[in-house]
Amino acid sequence: MSMINKSAVQQVATIFSNKRVGAYHQILIHVGDIVKSCRPGNFAAISVGGDSSRMILRRAFAISRVSENSQYGGTMELIVAPHGSGSKWLCAQAEGSELDIVAPLGTSFGIPTEPINALLVGGGYGSAPLFGLADVLKNRGCKVDMLLGASIGSKIYAPMEGKRSVNSLKIYTEDGSMGEKGRVTESLLEIISNRSIDVIYSCGPMGMLRAITELVAQTEVIHQCAVEEAMACGIGICMTCVLPVRNEDGSTSMLRSCIDGPVMDGSHVQWDLVGRIPEAHQ
Amino acid sequence: MGFSRTHSGGPPVSLPVDMSTTLGNAWFPTPIFTASGCASSGKELSQFFALKDVGAIVTKSVMAKPRHGRPTPRMAETPSGMLNSIGLQGPGIDAFLAHDLPWLIEQKARVIVSIAGETIEEYATLARKLRSAAGISAVEVNISCPNVENRGLVFACDPDASRRVIDGVRKTIGGELPIIAKLSPDVTNLAEIAKGVVDAGADSLALINTVLGMVINLDTMKPHLGGKTGGLSGPAIRPIAVRAIYQVHAALPHVPILGMGGVATGRDALELILAGASGISVGTASFGNPTALITIQNELRDLLAARGFVTVQQAIGYAHREEPQ
Repeated sequence: MSMINKSAVQQVATIFSNKRVGAYHQILIHVGDIVKSCRPGNFAAISVGGDSSRMILRRAFAISRVSENSQYGGTMELIVAPHGSGSKWLCAQAEGSELDIVAPLGTSFGIPTEPINALLVGGGYGSAPLFGLADVLKNRGCKVDMLLGASIGSKIYAPMEGKRSVNSLKIYTEDGSMGEKGRVTESLLEIISNRSIDVIYSCGPMGMLRAITELVAQTEVIHQCAVEEAMACGIGICMTCVLPVRNEDGSTSMLRSCIDGPVMDGSHVQWDLVGRIPEAHQ
Repeated sequence: MGFSRTHSGGPPVSLPVDMSTTLGNAWFPTPIFTASGCASSGKELSQFFALKDVGAIVTKSVMAKPRHGRPTPRMAETPSGMLNSIGLQGPGIDAFLAHDLPWLIEQKARVIVSIAGETIEEYATLARKLRSAAGISAVEVNISCPNVENRGLVFACDPDASRRVIDGVRKTIGGELPIIAKLSPDVTNLAEIAKGVVDAGADSLALINTVLGMVINLDTMKPHLGGKTGGLSGPAIRPIAVRAIYQVHAALPHVPILGMGGVATGRDALELILAGASGISVGTASFGNPTALITIQNELRDLLAARGFVTVQQAIGYAHREEPQ
């Protein structure tokens, strides 16, 4: 069984900026030296609601990117959808507010040593960590194509600077209000073969991750996906965020998506067993 | 004894506080422990503090065999609390003894092993396996499990089954390791169940396990948790814990209590100690704050000192004492 991210620390960090971008908030946080140990795919767990909060659990957010600046030091960017009461609280925090943050947590996307053809697939704000990943892949000489999908155009997160780090970007919306009408999985197999894709990196709703896994099952493509499960702690002690994952011997283990994930090999996840109890240990 | 806040009207005196405590014949340097099921086997929290710096690590209840637990969703946050329905997922006692226990001992942590079973025999089997393991301070017997031999009725809600589980464990390890019986608050007469397990050989009592609850998801309009019901924990249940500890300490003043239920600050820990707890387990608070145990321990030390207590022992059950005339 894997261990907690060795670089994880708890610290008080200050919000540097908080801007609304479409349906989301782009929040930059001063985190100092921990940016050195943040990798694409890692996440941060943040306390919400202040000291007298009735919300007792941290909220987990994918780290969309980190940067180091001689003037401001290390900053971490989060893209937050103000959906629940915790994320709404975070989005309402002004510049200069202090946050109790634990990061970096979880596994990261595997970075190839050779230049490869990578396809990055994001659903909704799930695209956020893919832009940081795209930078890293480009620096390794990889060809990086990206597909983004959402229900409506305002839920597509694709910043200008992010677009520069990919070779191509194709957008799909279910209502056709931006890009092509449809889903990211629409012409996935065609794109894989036309562009000789070696690895798919994905982040988004579980349904999308499952659909991609099933589409590429008959191909040689490796699928690394960042999963999303409800977490109480983010540090591996509550056992709530488990997913059924196939072991090498064919048995199934309930692995914690906060420690053994969020980035997992899509072909190892037993998608059909999510939300069910696997057969008893033999 | 007098616990004057000040001497001769001077500033508050803060003497060093002896934080040590005991449960049965087990000694602990501080009364702040993890809670079973809220710290796994300690490895993850050791990223945030040295495990030997707290009183003890109470490990996640382990069963005879490896177990997958319940389907997801396993968690729902509620006002000042959360529901969980994990279903005792775990590696099984053999893997625990081979990997987790030696690692904890290597960290110089004091270890209380929590065991859970589906039959009276399973508890006895688990106790037998612990008997041959070195380095354990005490055994917590989690009897808040469904009894498969009696229509799934939770042992802790059945006075007779509770007694029989503890009796079986006592016959195996009684006198060698302190036995802590962990009780459920979901009963009509907690003191009666407590007396029953103490008569059967429990050296100490752990109070309280989670309170059974349910959340219905308004999108699906069905129970939200995969296991339908779940255990409520967090500050929402703290007053129930205080009441339960107070009642049981009043009925059994000489039986040490490991108190728990929503402790998130030193103030909360002191409240449970005043009600009658000799030790405090911190559970859900660690989910929100991985260094909660250390913060609570420091706050408790300061609060005791500010009230003129020089030992934790002096504060245990203080709420029951008659005012000195």
